[in-house]
Amino acid sequence: MSLEKTYPKEVKLILSKYPAEQKRSAVMPLLYLAQREEGYINKAAMQDIAKMLEITETEVASIVGFYTLYHDEKAGKYRMQVCTDLPCALRGADEFLNNLCGNLGIKVGETTADGLVTLEGVMCLAACDKAPMFQTQGPDGIKYHENMTVDRTMELIEALKEVN
Amino acid sequence: MTKQVTLSINGISVTVPDGTLIADAAKMAGIDIPVFCHHPKLEPVGMCRMCLVEVGRPMLDRATGQAVIENGQPKIQFMPKLETACTNRVSDGMVVMTRTDKALDGQKGTVEFLLTSHPLDCPVCDKGGECPLQNLTMAFGPGQSRFIYDEKQHLEKQVPLGELIWLDRERCIQCARCIRFQDEVAGEAVLGFDERGRNTQIVSLSTPGFDSVFSGNTTDICPVGALTTADFRFGARPWELKAQASICTQCPVGCNTTLNTRREAKAGGDVVVKRIMPRQNEEVNEIWLCDKGRFAYHYTESKKRLTKPLVRKDEKLARASWDAATKFAAENFSKGKKDFVILASGRLANEDLFNLKSLADHAGGTAILYSDMGGGEITQLVGVGQGTNIGKMGAGDAILVVASDLYEEAPIWWLRVKQAADRGATLIVANPRETKLDRFAKFVIRYAYGDESKAVNDLSAKSKISDEFVKAKNVVVFYGNEGLGLNGTSGLASACAILLKETDHIGKPNNGLVGVWPRANDQGAWEVGFQPEPDLEKALKGKSVYIVGADPVGDDPALAKALKGAKFVAVQDILETATTEIADVVFPAQAYTERDGTFTSGERRVQRFYAAVPVKGDARPDFAITSQIARQMGVILEGSSVSVVFDILANSLDAFTDLSYEKLAETHGQWPIVGRGDLYYGGTTYENTQGLGVQLAPTAQSGKTVTIPKVRKEAALRPKEKELLAVPVNKLYDRGVTVNPAQLLDGRIGEATVTLHPSAAKNLGVEAGARVKISFEGVKAEVVVKIDDTISAGVALVPRSMGIAIREPVLAKVK
Amino acid sequence: MTHVLLRHRDIPDINKLDVYKKNGGIDAFKKAVTKMKPTEVIDVVKNSNLRGRGGAGFPTGMKWSFIDNKNWPHYVVANADESEPGTFKDRELMESNPFQFLEGLAIASYAVGATAAYIYLRGEFWQVAAFLDEKIAEMEKAGYLGDNLFGTEYSLKIFTHLGAGAYICGEETALLESLEGKRGQPRVRPPFPPSFGLYGKPTIINNVETFANVPPIITNGADWYKSMGTADSAGVKLFSLSGRVRKPGNYELPFGTTFRQLIYEYGGGVQEGRPVKAIMPAGASSSLIVVDDKVLDTPMDYATVRTLGADLGSASVIVIDDTVSVDWIINKTIHFFKHESCGKCTPCREGNYWMQHLTERIHSGDGSKADVDLLLNVAKQMQGKCLCALGEFATMAVVTGIERFPQDFKKAVKATEHA
Ligand SMILES: Cc1cc2nc3c(=O)[nH]c(=O)nc-3n(C[C@H](O)[C@H](O)[C@H](O)COP(=O)(O)O)c2cc1C
Ligand code: SF4
Ligand code: FES
Repeated sequence: MSLEKTYPKEVKLILSKYPAEQKRSAVMPLLYLAQREEGYINKAAMQDIAKMLEITETEVASIVGFYTLYHDEKAGKYRMQVCTDLPCALRGADEFLNNLCGNLGIKVGETTADGLVTLEGVMCLAACDKAPMFQTQGPDGIKYHENMTVDRTMELIEALKEVN
Repeated sequence: MTKQVTLSINGISVTVPDGTLIADAAKMAGIDIPVFCHHPKLEPVGMCRMCLVEVGRPMLDRATGQAVIENGQPKIQFMPKLETACTNRVSDGMVVMTRTDKALDGQKGTVEFLLTSHPLDCPVCDKGGECPLQNLTMAFGPGQSRFIYDEKQHLEKQVPLGELIWLDRERCIQCARCIRFQDEVAGEAVLGFDERGRNTQIVSLSTPGFDSVFSGNTTDICPVGALTTADFRFGARPWELKAQASICTQCPVGCNTTLNTRREAKAGGDVVVKRIMPRQNEEVNEIWLCDKGRFAYHYTESKKRLTKPLVRKDEKLARASWDAATKFAAENFSKGKKDFVILASGRLANEDLFNLKSLADHAGGTAILYSDMGGGEITQLVGVGQGTNIGKMGAGDAILVVASDLYEEAPIWWLRVKQAADRGATLIVANPRETKLDRFAKFVIRYAYGDESKAVNDLSAKSKISDEFVKAKNVVVFYGNEGLGLNGTSGLASACAILLKETDHIGKPNNGLVGVWPRANDQGAWEVGFQPEPDLEKALKGKSVYIVGADPVGDDPALAKALKGAKFVAVQDILETATTEIADVVFPAQAYTERDGTFTSGERRVQRFYAAVPVKGDARPDFAITSQIARQMGVILEGSSVSVVFDILANSLDAFTDLSYEKLAETHGQWPIVGRGDLYYGGTTYENTQGLGVQLAPTAQSGKTVTIPKVRKEAALRPKEKELLAVPVNKLYDRGVTVNPAQLLDGRIGEATVTLHPSAAKNLGVEAGARVKISFEGVKAEVVVKIDDTISAGVALVPRSMGIAIREPVLAKVK
Repeated sequence: MTHVLLRHRDIPDINKLDVYKKNGGIDAFKKAVTKMKPTEVIDVVKNSNLRGRGGAGFPTGMKWSFIDNKNWPHYVVANADESEPGTFKDRELMESNPFQFLEGLAIASYAVGATAAYIYLRGEFWQVAAFLDEKIAEMEKAGYLGDNLFGTEYSLKIFTHLGAGAYICGEETALLESLEGKRGQPRVRPPFPPSFGLYGKPTIINNVETFANVPPIITNGADWYKSMGTADSAGVKLFSLSGRVRKPGNYELPFGTTFRQLIYEYGGGVQEGRPVKAIMPAGASSSLIVVDDKVLDTPMDYATVRTLGADLGSASVIVIDDTVSVDWIINKTIHFFKHESCGKCTPCREGNYWMQHLTERIHSGDGSKADVDLLLNVAKQMQGKCLCALGEFATMAVVTGIERFPQDFKKAVKATEHA
C-alpha cells in the first residue's frame, strides 16, 4: 500500500513544505508516516518513499539506518526510552532503569511478553531537570514522561494495557 | 584561461590554476600528500583526515588589505590546527608543509585510527600489493598499534553487494569513495552507508544488488581491499600479473584497457587473462570502464575457440592444413568471380577489414558490412572534429542523443554525456520511450517509432529547443538504431548531419555526428569502404561467400536459409558458431588478446591494441589469413606485419594520411595522475604508456565543402488497430557471442523479453512476467513480458541479440 | 525581576496569541517590516551585541550581515535540535513562550530577505513540533505570516521539520544535510551557510534562544539590551542547571551572574549539602572545572569562564559533587559521543570507539595507569583533527578530567596496579 493512498492529506501537506525540486527533504517526515502503524519501516515502505521522491531505495535505507528514531525491525508497540545520560544519571536514572527492568522482568532492549513495551536506554532527551524520565515512542507519536518513579511507570503501563 | 596561482609546497615553488586543491597541486609538483577519501574525480569531502598538512597564508594588514612585509618577505601566518590538503584550495603566496613533525604526526595519527578497525590480513587480501592503506601505513603510519587487537570489531568478511561486487565489511575504511562515485559520477546512488559512527557500513538495496553498469570502477578507487570483483577476487596477486595495453571490443566507445595476464596451472600452464582494467585516456574513457567491458572478456578463452583450419569432407568438417584450406577457399572464390562476396563485421580490426576490402576490390567481388545500421559514410563527412573531448563539454554546449539508449549501448558515453549535462551542457534526448538519460536532459523529445528523422527535421523549425541548439557553442549529436533498420538509420544520420550543417556545428572540435554502432569497429569498416547491404538474403544466395567475424546463421533464420543456398561458404572466426557448422571451410582466427591491431571508435579515434596472451592453437590473425587466401588467388596483400598493413592503409585512405603505429602509440601527460606509484591517489586504473590513439579529422574539417547525401525515405511501418509493430532495441548484456560465455553475467542477461504498453498487455490478457509467443516473418519465439508505460500501445520492443532475429521494425503477432 | 525570555513565568497564557499580542507581541515584527529596512534591522541586532546562544557565541548581527546577496533565494533556519546533554532551555521557550521565538525568527527572515524559514527540531520534540504547527497556523490566520505582511510586499512562511535522533544534527551543516533529506553529516566548511546553506543557498542558522532575544531588542533598542549583562556578553542568558543540585531547571539571568549565585541562590544548593567538586558549564561537551571558592565567585560570561579553562557554550551547567568520581563521568560522556559520532571522519569515529574501550576498562577497575595515559594520548591525538566540533567536544571532559582530577584516576586503576 502506498503512503499516498493511505495518508493522502498528510503526504500532500508534507510535500508542500519543501520546494518542488527539493522534495527529497520530505524523506524524514514520510518515514515517520510509514512507521506510524507498525512501529517500524519495512522494505516496501522504503521502496514506496524512494519512488515518490525519485531517490534510490538505498538512499532511503541509509537515512533509516542513520537516525535512531527510525526502526527497521518490529519491537513492542511502545518503546519506552529511558534517558540514562550524564545529567539524568546524576539524578538516579541508572537505578531507575534497573528497577524498571526488575519490575517488568525484562532486560534493556527486550520486550514484555505481551508485546506492549520494549525497554531502551537512550541519550539525553532535554529534560535533565526532570529526571528520572523517559519518552514513549508509539503509534501516537512521542510523549515525554518526567519526574517518574517506578510505581508511576507501572501505572502508566497498566493504563496502556487498558487502551490496547 | 584560468588565473595561475603560485604557492610553495615543502619549499618548492608551484604554479597551478586558481581553485586547485592543495592535495592536487602537490601531486602536480610530484609531492605525495597521503589521501584516502580524496579522489581527483570526486568532490572534496575531507572525511578521512589523512591529508593533514600545515598551511600558512600571507598575513594581511586589516586596514590596507595589503600583505604584511617582515624582513622584506611577506609575513606568513600559520593556522594553529593542521588543515586538510584535500579541501583547501591554493592561494597566492600560500606556504604548505607536508613533512613537518606536526604534519607527520597528524598523518600517523590518522593511520593509527584507521588501523584500529582494519584487519591486518594483508597476506590474504586481494588488494595486497596494490593497497593504498598498506602502502601509506608503511610510509606514514605508526610502527606499531597501541590498540588491543582483541577489541577489534569483527564483521562479515564476504558480503555480495550484487553478483559482481563483493564487500569485506572489516576492511572498509568508510572513505565513501564508492558511494560518491556512484552518486556523483555514475548518477546511480545504489550504494549507501547504513547506520552511523563506528557501525557505519556499505550497503546496496537495489534489485538486482548494486544495480549499476559502472560497479567495477568502485573496486579500482576503493583504497583498501573492501571491494573486489566476483571475477577476480582470490584469482591472483597483483604482483604476479603482467600488463598489456588493449582496447575494449564491446562497443564503439573504444575504452582503453589493460589486460592483466598470468601463467596458470589451472589453465594447463597457459598464460590467461585474469582481469581487465581501465587504462587512462581522458578523451575516451577517462579512468573508467563499464562492467560489460570489464567482465565479458571471457569469450576469448571459450572452450569453443577454433584452433585448426577445417575443410568439409564427406559432409563433415575435418582438420586440414592451412595450405590446403586456404587453397580450397581461394579456388572456390576465384571460380565465383562476380559472385564472390565478403561479409565481415565490425568485430575485426582495421587491418583485417582493409585486407578484406582490398581482396574484394582486386578479385572483383563485393565487400558487405554485416550490420543493420547505416550512416557511416556520413560520419566520415561530418563526424566529430579532431580534438573532440566530451569531457570538456559543459555550459554553453549542447548534446543531442537520438534513437539511442546510451546506457545500454555505450555506457561510458552515457557517463560522459551525463557529466557534460552536470557541468551545464544542454542535453536533448529524443527517443520513443523513457531511458535513463532522460533524468539529466533539459529537453526530452518523445516521438513515435518511425518518426526519428521527422523529429530531427523538426528541430530546424523555430522552437525553444532549436534555439538552444543553434545558440550552443558546440554541438555533438549521437544517433543510434533504436527501433530502426538500415534504411531508417541511414535516413536518420542524414537528417542529423543536415541539421548540424545548417546550424554550423560541423568541422570543429566538439562538434559533429557520432554513430552509436553495434560493434567496436563498425566505424573502421566504413572507413575502409565496407557498407551494409539492404537485401542481405539476396546478396548471399547462390554466391561464394567469405564470412569473417560474423554469425549470420545463428542470428537469423532467413540468412541461414540464404546461406544454405550459397555456392560456397568460407567462415573465419575465433569461435565455433552456427555459421561455422554449415561452412565448407573454416579458418581459426586469433582473438584480439593474442595479436596487435587497431580499432576506430565511434568518435573516429584510431587506437592500438597489443598481443597479451599466446595464440590458441594454430589460429592466425585475420589480415594474415586473408592475405594467404589472396595470394592463392593471385592478389598480393601484406600478410606478415600488421603495422605494414596499417601503413598501406594509411597511404591509401585520406583520413588516415600520416598515421603510423608509432604515432598511435604516443602519449602525453594526463590529469589526474594515475598508475603504479600513485594508487592511493587515482586508484588502480593503469597509466597510459602505450598510446592515446589519434582522432581522424572528418572531411568537413579539411576545408572541403561537404554535401550530405539525402536518403530516400521509405514510409515507416505503422501498426493498425490490433496490430503490433515489433521494433528492435538494444540491451547491454545480451546473448551476443562476445558476451554469452561470461557466466558471471548470466543473471544480468536474463531471458528474451518483449516490452508492451500496459494497454497492449491488457488487451492480450497478460501481465509483466508472463510468457508469450511472438512471431513475425519466419521467426517464432517464447518471450517474457515486460511493461513500459512510456511507449505507445502499438509497439512491442524486442531486444536484439537475445535469440530473436529482428533487424528492423516488423509487424508481429503476440499470443 | 521580570523575564525577557521566560515571560510565561510572569504572564500567564502568553502562549495564546491574543495574550501575547496584548503584551506587546508582534509589535517588533510589524515595526521591522513596515518601518525598517532589512539592513537597519541587522544594524540594531549588531549594535545590541547579541551573541548566538547555540554554543559558539558568535555575534548574531554580524552573521546576518554575511548573507550573500548575489545568490537567491535565502533561507533562515532555527536550530531547535537541543541535544547537548544538560541543555533543556529551547524546549521550555518553544513550549511556553512560542510566539516570541516565532516572532524573532520572522524578524530574522525579514532582515535577510528570506521568504521561507524552517525550524529543525530534534525528533523527540514531536509534541513541541505539533504545538508550534498550531501556533504558526494561528499566526497565519491572524495575518502575521503568509503573503503581503502588514500590507507590504514581504511574505513569509515558517515550517517545522523533525529530526529523528542524532545529536550531530545540532551542528549547523549536518542540520542542513538532514533538512535536505540526507544523512546528518557535517559538511566541509568553508563555505559557511550564509553563502552556501540550505539547498546550496545563502542561509542563516541560529539557535532558538538567539531568535527569542530579537523581538525585545527591536522593540527596546540595542542600548537597552546592552545595559544588561557584561561588556563581553550582553543581555540575558538561559542557564540550564542540572546535576546534583536541589532545584534543577532553567534560570534566566544576566551574563555576569556568578556560579555561586546560580547554584546556591537559584538552584537551592547541592543535594545533601555536599560540596561542589566540579562544574561542566557547557553540558557533556564541556571541560571539567575544578571548583573552589574563587571559581564559584566567577561571573559567567563567555570571556571570563574561558579564564577557568572551559567554554560557557550553551550554558548548560552540570553540577558534580564529591560523591561522584570523574572516571565515571568521562565514561558516561564518551558513551554519549561514541553513540553520536556520525562516522564521517576517522579521528572521531575511531577515536571515540577506542576511548570508550579505555574509559570502560578504567571505570570497571580493570584499567592500568598505562590505559589512562593512552586514553589521554588518544584524546589529544583527536584534537584539532576532526571534521567538526563533535570530535573535539568528546575530548574535553577526558583531557581535563584526567589532567585536573588525577586522584580519581589513581583510585580507579589502583586495583590493577597492586596486582
Ligand atoms: C556537535 C554539535 C552540536 C550542536 N548542537 C546544537 C544544538 O543542539 N542547538 C544549537 O542551537 N546549536 C548547536 N550547535 C551549534 C550550531 O552548530 C550553530 O553554531 C548554532 O546553531 C548557531 O546558532 P547561534 O549563532 O544562534 O548560536 C552544535 C554544534 C556542534 C558542533
Ligand atoms: S568500500 Fe572502499 S571505497 Fe567504499 S567506503 Fe569502504 S573503503 Fe571507501
Ligand atoms: S580528508 Fe583529505 S584525503 Fe581524506
